[in-house]
Amino acid sequence: MTDAPASVDGSLDIDPEWTGRILVKFIDNELHRTGLHDLVLGLSGGIDSAVVAYLAGRAIDPARIHACLMPYRSSSEDSVSDARKVVEDLGIDAETIDITPLVDGFERTTGPVDRLRLGNVMARARMTLLYDRSAAHRALVLGTSNKTELLLGYGTLHGDLASAINPIGDLYKTQVRRLAEHLGVPEPIRAKPPSADLWPDQSDEEDLGFSYAEVDRLLALLVDARASRATAIDAGFAPELVDEVTRRIVRSQFKRLPPVIAKISTRSIGADFRYPRDWMT
Amino acid sequence: MRDARVALGQIAPHLGDIEANLALHRRAAGQAVRSGADLIVFPELSLTGYQLADLVPDLALPVDDPRLAPLFEASAGIDIVFGMVEDAPGHRFYNAAVYLSRGRVVHVHRKLYLPTYGMFQEGREFAAGNRVRHFDSPWGPAGMLVCEDLWHMPCAWLLAHQGAEVIFVLSNGPTRGARPGREVTSVAVWRELLQTTAQFQTTWMVYVNRIGCEDGVTFGGGSLVVDPFGRVVAESPALDESLELVDLKSEVLRRARTVYPLLRDEDLELAERELARLRQLRYDLPDPAPATEKDGVA
Repeated sequence: MTDAPASVDGSLDIDPEWTGRILVKFIDNELHRTGLHDLVLGLSGGIDSAVVAYLAGRAIDPARIHACLMPYRSSSEDSVSDARKVVEDLGIDAETIDITPLVDGFERTTGPVDRLRLGNVMARARMTLLYDRSAAHRALVLGTSNKTELLLGYGTLHGDLASAINPIGDLYKTQVRRLAEHLGVPEPIRAKPPSADLWPDQSDEEDLGFSYAEVDRLLALLVDARASRATAIDAGFAPELVDEVTRRIVRSQFKRLPPVIAKISTRSIGADFRYPRDWMT
Repeated sequence: MRDARVALGQIAPHLGDIEANLALHRRAAGQAVRSGADLIVFPELSLTGYQLADLVPDLALPVDDPRLAPLFEASAGIDIVFGMVEDAPGHRFYNAAVYLSRGRVVHVHRKLYLPTYGMFQEGREFAAGNRVRHFDSPWGPAGMLVCEDLWHMPCAWLLAHQGAEVIFVLSNGPTRGARPGREVTSVAVWRELLQTTAQFQTTWMVYVNRIGCEDGVTFGGGSLVVDPFGRVVAESPALDESLELVDLKSEVLRRARTVYPLLRDEDLELAERELARLRQLRYDLPDPAPATEKDGVA
């Protein structure tokens, strides 16, 4: 059945028009209920942050969207030029801040760190800038992590994973691509291979060891349709891939939740002090 | 039933803010009056919003609470169906649907089925109602159900057999994205469910779903009215605020029940016998009466 809900068949099909409308409403609603009117986001030149920018551009006045382009010394030149295309196309406010001095300053203070740790420092330097700009503009920080990254734990805790509201956190990369096409995200951004761009020629798919197209189908089956390992293998996925992906989901659970609080009192935050995040907004 | 013009109050309630929601209700009711409506129907928990968690006891009110005065006053000019957290005797908090007319409470329905699975937590916070009763509205015999109640077939069936000719369904149906050809998912699913229910029970179905977003959950809207033949006669847009007006016609109900005398032909004794048997099996009860020869005949 082509029209069954994803929970039945694990399909990745979305209606981009209506999905876009839901997300535009989400941004409008979640922003304005806080009493704020501005949004801040980091634009990397990649497809995820571009899609979030285009959605925001449909939700609010573009002049109230403040994009930060935050290249590092080793960032690809395309990253900044592609991000600029988004800025120009949408007519949003933007500033470019080179994070090299911040990251170099960190290394000068603590001594050199390996490539992975340096990547985390960059992600957290960008987060620091975004949250600073959010205070300056009285704005909410838009998240740009997709569901694939969130489930696999492919992101830096308190870095790129940090945000106030995330419109694309429930869309797999494959679905973000479909939405990008519908929203008119420039073709070069949609066509280039996904990269965290934390070091030259980095590739998400090489880091992960599988393609988004494949892992998204598997994730939709395991997560959305709650299929068993055996069902996934019957559907044609290699047992090693199923096990690796399952292990990644489980091991990255901590990245998707607030810190664990030791329960001492009769009413503890996170356990039995339960209020909506949108409390009285 | 008598002909009635109903307004579908598809609103986005303010989460946890009863004062703001009272104003929202009054504005919509005023607009409905000016449009010649006889009654206005609001969504589930229209007075409080949905994702309440620990706010439930803070927002619970008895249905005769003076804070509801603005709604009672407004109901002098138009019947009002709305949703609230009821603080009932014993401080049981119900997810309740209330029918107001001419300044008094005509009927209260306490949500029977509290979804407590997947994204839903209602069983933690609310007490479950335990009765399905139709009531006499100024427009004829009617019934109310709240959201998940409609997914349990006996609810609408029982109301129809008690005599309800119109069933109001107050809902907070969340979207789960949008699939090709299916619009916003909750809208398509509810439409099918309501059409089927209307066909089975040959009753008018008046469904009002909220819109807006709470903690990332977007509610789909798509309020609609289905006639007793199962035809959609009016539909509100998905996701946007609206106040659709629909005429419920007694003549259509009469025709539907003439063409499809399903309620007349229902074998209640058959249902009762089989239910008694199911009940015995499900709850492992002693056999109430040994099988008679008659039961054994093929």
